Amino acid sequence: MDVLVCIKRVPLSGGKFTITEDGLDIESAKLGFTISPHEEVAVEEAVRIAEKEGGSVTVLTLGPPDAEEQIREQMAIGADRGILIETDGQEWDPQGTASAIADAINADETDFDLIIMGNESADASGYQVGIRVAHKLGRPIATGVKGITIADGKATFERPVKTGRELYEMPLPAVVTVLDGLNIPRYPSVPGRIRAKKKPIERLNPERPQPKLEKTRLEVPAMKAKQAQVLGNGPDAAPAVVEIFKQIGVI
Amino acid sequence: MVLVLVDHENGEIDEASLQTVTYGRELATAAGEPLEALVVGDAGVAGELGAHGVATVHVAVHDAFTSFAPVAAARAASEVASRTGASVVLAAGSPRGNEVMAHLGALTDLPVAADCVTVTPGSPTQVVRARWGGSLIEEANLHGSPALVTLVPHTVAAEPGGSGAGEVAKFTPELADADLLVVAKQAEAADESSGVSLADAKVVVSGGRGVGSAEGFAPLEELAELLGGTIGCSRVVTGNGWRPHTEQVGQTGTKIAPDLYIACGISGATQHIAGCRNSKTMIVINTDPEAAIMGYADYAIIGDVGKVLPAIIEETRKAKAG
Repeated sequence: MDVLVCIKRVPLSGGKFTITEDGLDIESAKLGFTISPHEEVAVEEAVRIAEKEGGSVTVLTLGPPDAEEQIREQMAIGADRGILIETDGQEWDPQGTASAIADAINADETDFDLIIMGNESADASGYQVGIRVAHKLGRPIATGVKGITIADGKATFERPVKTGRELYEMPLPAVVTVLDGLNIPRYPSVPGRIRAKKKPIERLNPERPQPKLEKTRLEVPAMKAKQAQVLGNGPDAAPAVVEIFKQIGVI
Repeated sequence: MVLVLVDHENGEIDEASLQTVTYGRELATAAGEPLEALVVGDAGVAGELGAHGVATVHVAVHDAFTSFAPVAAARAASEVASRTGASVVLAAGSPRGNEVMAHLGALTDLPVAADCVTVTPGSPTQVVRARWGGSLIEEANLHGSPALVTLVPHTVAAEPGGSGAGEVAKFTPELADADLLVVAKQAEAADESSGVSLADAKVVVSGGRGVGSAEGFAPLEELAELLGGTIGCSRVVTGNGWRPHTEQVGQTGTKIAPDLYIACGISGATQHIAGCRNSKTMIVINTDPEAAIMGYADYAIIGDVGKVLPAIIEETRKAKAG
C-alpha cells in the first residue's frame, strides 16, 4: 500500500488572531505554525497502514518554502518522503490547489493506492479540495471519515452521522477525507526526528492560477468584548460560584 | 432563479436545509426571480417546501436514491441547474450539504464558497464566509455562474412564507456508473446508552491540560452529575488519551452552545474557543489570570482545578440539600 497524505501549514494561535494591515492575512510574524488535527490523524493513519500492510507514506503540501518544517515533522512520525508544491506565500483557492495536487499525483512515479486528506483545512475550511482531487483523478471518495478498514483491495470507510454511522465501501485506489478522533497520533521520537532530516523532499513550482474564489478581506468578528469577572482565588471562591449556579437556574 | 438543494432523512426535511430555503427566498424575492428546490428521492416534502415559498420542487427519482449517494445527488443538481438556468445554487453548510456542493463544483468546474453567512448575487457574487470555525470572517468574490454557495447553519431561522406553489417536477437523472460508487451502505442507530449528549447538554463541565491526568477528571464528573450536565474536554486531553474524542469540544470536535460552560484548566486556544464561544454563561477555573480564555468567559476563579472543584462540589451539595 502506497499512501499519500495532504497537509497544510497554518499559523498556530494561542488566542486571538490579528490581521495584517492590507486586511488579507493573519499577522503571523510572531506565531508558530502547525497543521490541522484532521491532518495529524491522517498522517498517523497512513503510517499505521504502511506498518501493517507494507508500502510507503508520502506527505504532500502546497505552501511556502517554509512548509518544509511541517513535512519534516510528519516524517519524524514515519512518513518516508515529501512533495512540496511551493508558493510565494499567497493563498491558492480550492480549485487551483486541487489542480496542482492532482497534477503532482499524476506526475509522480508512485501509483498511490490511497490518498488521505483532512475533511477541511483549519484556516480556509472550504470543504472541497479532496473531492475536487478525487474527480480529477477519476477515483471514488468518502468524506468526514472516522474509521478506515483496508482488506482485499477494498476500503471500508466509517462516517459518523446524527443517526449513528454510515459505511462506504469502495475499490482502491480511492480518496478519503478524515476527521480528528480517527486515532490518537503518536509523538515523534528523537531517532524519528534524526531520520526525518535525511528523507527526500521533491519540490514543484507550478504557477498560481487566478483565484475564482478570491479573498478580498479578512476580519476578526465583532464579539461582545468580554473580560471575565474574577470571583476569587482558590477554594474560597466556591460560595460565589454556587451563587452563579442559582442565578442562572442550574441548581 | 435561485435553486436550493434540500436534504432530508426519511421524508423529514433537515432543519439547516429549511433555513437555507428561507435565505434563498429572500435572495429570490430581492431579485424578482422564482425560488426552486431539488429533493433527491421521492420524499413527499413538496407541500412543506411550497409553504416555505418554493415555486417548483424538482424531485430526482432513481433506484439508487434509497440511501445517501453524494455524487449522484450532485449529478442530479447539475442537471437541474443547467436545465433551469439557475443563477445561484444554495445548500446547507452541513456535512452533507458541503459534500454534495463540492461534488457539484467538481462536476461543473465551478468555484464553491462554503460556510457563508451573506450572499450578494452579481458578477462576481460577493460572499462573507466563516474561516477557522468562525474565529475569522472572510469577504470574497466568487467568479462563476451559477454561484455555488453553502450557508452556515442558523444564519437565518427557518420561516414559512412566500407564495410558492410547491409544484412537483419529477425527473430521472442520467447517472454514470462511477456516480454510484459512493453510496452509504448501512446506517446504524446511535448508541443512546451514554446519557446526556454533549451537543444537547445544558451544562458542560470541561477539562484541559490543567486537569493533569485521566484521574483528575473524577471531580469534573462529580460536578457534572450534580448539575445534570456532561463532560467536555480540550484537544490536549484527547491527544493524551485521558478522555475519548467524542467528548472533545472545538473546531475539530463538537461545537456546543450550553447554558453553562465550566472550563477547568483550559487555556483557550482558537481551536477550542471555536467550539464553545456560543455558551450562554462561561465560568473559568485557571491558575493563569492572563489565559486567553478569560477574554471569552463571564466569571473566573483563579486557582488550581484540583483544589477549587472539591470546594465547589461541597457548596453545591449544601445548596441542593437546602
